[in-house]
Amino acid sequence: MSEAMIRVRDVHKSYVRGRQQVEVLHGLTLDIPNGDFVALMGPSGSGKTTLLNLVGGLDRPTSGQIEVAGVRIDQLGSGQLARWRARNVGFVFQFYNLMPVLTAERNVELPLLLTGLSAAQRRKSVAVALEVVGLTDRARHKPKELSGGQEQRVAIARALVSDPTVLICDEPTGDLDRRTADEILGLLQVLNREHGKTIVMVTHDPKAAEFARRTLHLEKGQLLEQAA
Amino acid sequence: MTRLGFVIANLGRRKTRTILTLLSIVTAFLLFGLLQAVNVLFSAGADFVGATRLVTQARVSFTQPLPMRLLPQIESVSGVDQVMWAQWFGGVWQESTQLIVFATDPGRLEAVYPEFVMPADQWRAFRETRTSMIAGRALADQYGWKIGQKLPIGSNIFPQKDGSKSWTFDLVGVFDGKDEEWQRNTNLAYVNFAYFDEANQFGSGRAGTFTIKLADPDRAAEVALAIDTMFENSPDETKTQTERDFNIGFFKQIGDIGLIVRWILFAVFFTLLLVVGNTIAQSVRERIPELAILKTLGFSDGAVLGFVLAEAAALCVIGGIAGLGLATLAGTMVGGGNLPIAVDHRVWTAGLAAIVLLALAVGLLPALRASRLTIVDALAGR
Amino acid sequence: MLKQTIAMTALGLRSVPERWGPSLVIIVGLAGVVAVFTALLAMAEGFRSTLESAGRADVALVLRGGSSAELNSGLSRDQGEIIKQAPGVLTGPDGRPLASAEMIVIAELFKTGEQTGSNITVRGVEPAAFALRPQLRIVEGRGFQPGLRELIVGKGITGQFQGVAIGETLRMRGSDWTVVGSFQSGDAYESELWTDVEVAQTTFNRRGYSSVRLALDGAAGLQTVTDGLAADPRVNVDVETEQQYYSGQTRQFRATIGILAGVVTAIMALGATFAALNTMYAAVGARTREIATLRALGFGGTPVVLSVMIESLLLALAGGVVGAVLAFVLFNNMAVSTLGSNFTQVVFRFAVTPELVQRGLVIALAIGMVGGLLPAVRAARLPVTAALRAA
Repeated sequence: MSEAMIRVRDVHKSYVRGRQQVEVLHGLTLDIPNGDFVALMGPSGSGKTTLLNLVGGLDRPTSGQIEVAGVRIDQLGSGQLARWRARNVGFVFQFYNLMPVLTAERNVELPLLLTGLSAAQRRKSVAVALEVVGLTDRARHKPKELSGGQEQRVAIARALVSDPTVLICDEPTGDLDRRTADEILGLLQVLNREHGKTIVMVTHDPKAAEFARRTLHLEKGQLLEQAA
Repeated sequence: MTRLGFVIANLGRRKTRTILTLLSIVTAFLLFGLLQAVNVLFSAGADFVGATRLVTQARVSFTQPLPMRLLPQIESVSGVDQVMWAQWFGGVWQESTQLIVFATDPGRLEAVYPEFVMPADQWRAFRETRTSMIAGRALADQYGWKIGQKLPIGSNIFPQKDGSKSWTFDLVGVFDGKDEEWQRNTNLAYVNFAYFDEANQFGSGRAGTFTIKLADPDRAAEVALAIDTMFENSPDETKTQTERDFNIGFFKQIGDIGLIVRWILFAVFFTLLLVVGNTIAQSVRERIPELAILKTLGFSDGAVLGFVLAEAAALCVIGGIAGLGLATLAGTMVGGGNLPIAVDHRVWTAGLAAIVLLALAVGLLPALRASRLTIVDALAGR
Repeated sequence: MLKQTIAMTALGLRSVPERWGPSLVIIVGLAGVVAVFTALLAMAEGFRSTLESAGRADVALVLRGGSSAELNSGLSRDQGEIIKQAPGVLTGPDGRPLASAEMIVIAELFKTGEQTGSNITVRGVEPAAFALRPQLRIVEGRGFQPGLRELIVGKGITGQFQGVAIGETLRMRGSDWTVVGSFQSGDAYESELWTDVEVAQTTFNRRGYSSVRLALDGAAGLQTVTDGLAADPRVNVDVETEQQYYSGQTRQFRATIGILAGVVTAIMALGATFAALNTMYAAVGARTREIATLRALGFGGTPVVLSVMIESLLLALAGGVVGAVLAFVLFNNMAVSTLGSNFTQVVFRFAVTPELVQRGLVIALAIGMVGGLLPAVRAARLPVTAALRAA
């Protein structure tokens, strides 16, 4: 593994919930090297999803620095952040979050509307992404006509299609049965090993964490000592 | 797929709702088109006649006829080119359908109203046939009149010498308007004044109103003043005004049609605002997670605002144009005849402006709401 | 089943505040339809009642044959006398026939703040005219004196036109007239100026009359008068009761407004039906899970249909009432004027009658019924298991 892809330095994050200010992360520091596959585990409220949102550029830290692929994303405005996400990060969620009105291939194509690619180039990229996740034959189906595992594959294809450096996965198998979950995790493993994607994955499931290269445990906004 | 394709795909999410909303918009704009056409007819309907002609009527009311002996005096006024006179005939077709029929001098009609076009031989027949009559295209079409027919036209004012109020005229010509606007105003007929004047029981010499063609339209005010001054304090005081003002004055007396139309349109649009606004707001509410995902993928706040606004605009534009189209169609079916309404470019201009306003009014708030979503909260269902 | 229906309806209605947006759509939509419908017909109704209450069944109006309106009619002085002497006419206290030969002239008045004038009827009357219109009374000032150029003004005119206050001088065709009083009659005469017919004839240099009004002697009077005058070769006249005359005058206006109201209401009602359908589909959609749960508990399909229909009808009724109230508050008694048959102004007031309100509400309920039916059927047909999983 080479130099750090993701650098988190002394990050604090607090939210206002009702009248209370709650600090979720208390000065967290973390390095994730390029090409790593990290599983983030920890009990509910430990701050793992918050950390994931910060690293993915969906939210900004209250204080501290976050650098991803050499860009200080904590210093970007919301418009810049949006453009940065479009180029650098792919997201996979527990509930897939596909657009119900679009077919699989169009869901995958959606992020490409933000690029300057021609329609032909877009079609090609979509075909490649769908092939990687093994859903070429389901391209014309709408989410409703797909199984949970298939939907998640479409979501992964959508995350991949703009060729981002980092994949952010929030409980990607939380809604799937064991066998399907293993298939999805296997797919992520392939993306990490063969395509060199750096993956950060939040999960509750120790079996899922086994697919990662390493597992980090968060508790009460602090990083516990790394397990092997 | 393009961004537009995405917008359209989203409209298909709840087909029933989209279709019902679209139909509401279509009906609203159908009504808008028709009412606006009525409005145009009454408020601006007199515009096209311009100010090239003056109408001289009895000072108090055009129902009070002016005598024929004023003619040479009016003709002598400087700036007057041609003078025509017209007597309201009180035309009645069959039992009780009222027609717009004037008795006039054929040659002078042709000279003063070049906007009415008719073949030369028909003009000649109008001049040379004693009991001649010509009808506008719209009127002739409405009752299926053909040249050469003898038409029984009653009068609710003038009996013939024998006391009978049924008259018979020979239809010798059908005239048309020189352009679309004038064509729409061909729902009237003229009968030969010479015959009318000689055959009616009340005797001759009543001219009704005088219509004056000006040598120079810029001198309208001056000529009108000269004429009215000439007859001041005589038993036949006159009021001379441009043909346009004459028409406006007449429409005004019918009542404030514009006011009624505005009230109805106000009610319609207020309702529509609520119907469409609610649909858009509801569809944004239902899709908050999806909108958050769009932002996650890297679509900017502005882009998300654009998507929602475009959706609202698409509904309004599709529905609005369909509605105006239907109104145009309905307008051509009922237009002409006694109600010369037409859904023309003026109505469309107003309609398109209304569409834009409607789209902004119903789309802006939900679109702003969508653009202000924070991803983290929206994804967490907060 | 009644119990089930009541329970479901109550549940549905309790959730209306949570769905106030769509519920408001149905209410406002129907309020619009009913308000427009009621207002348009209130205008027609006001015009009708103004003109028709001017006409009495026991007074005959005699016009020159075929002239259909007083303005088009003309009778010589001699003819006027002959008509008054017709058989079938009541005799007045002075021993002469109870009849009034009248002449109308047109004057030009200006509405407050307007440049273009409007035409107003000036009616020259004989003393018996007041006996023939018992509804007319002087409410301000005094009556005109025969032989003088004095006028009394209808209440409808004083409200809308300038220059006709008591004491003001009105110039008509080169002569000056003094306004000495104003009168009220609650009908079309209120849009007129009245004076002595003799004075009007001499001033305006007119010899004859426009019409003659005759008090009829009993139910057969009209026939007697008609026959008597038809037999007289010196006159060629049309005789009808005053009521028939005024009723005929309003026919065209009522037909026009009727068509306008019909077309506008039909189109608006169509639009409102779509809106109502939308609302009720949304209501059913929001309650899918609740309805499915109740179905799973054993509630039948009919109560589902009924409860959705009842909700729709109640919302529609609320909208209808709002619309009717709106029309009443905004328009009832509003004075407007239009061109009457003499090409003169007739001032009348919008009349929002209970009957119109009732018709408006019927329309609202009909739309509510249609708007509720399809969504109700859809709700009842929802497969329970699928519905429980969804939403």
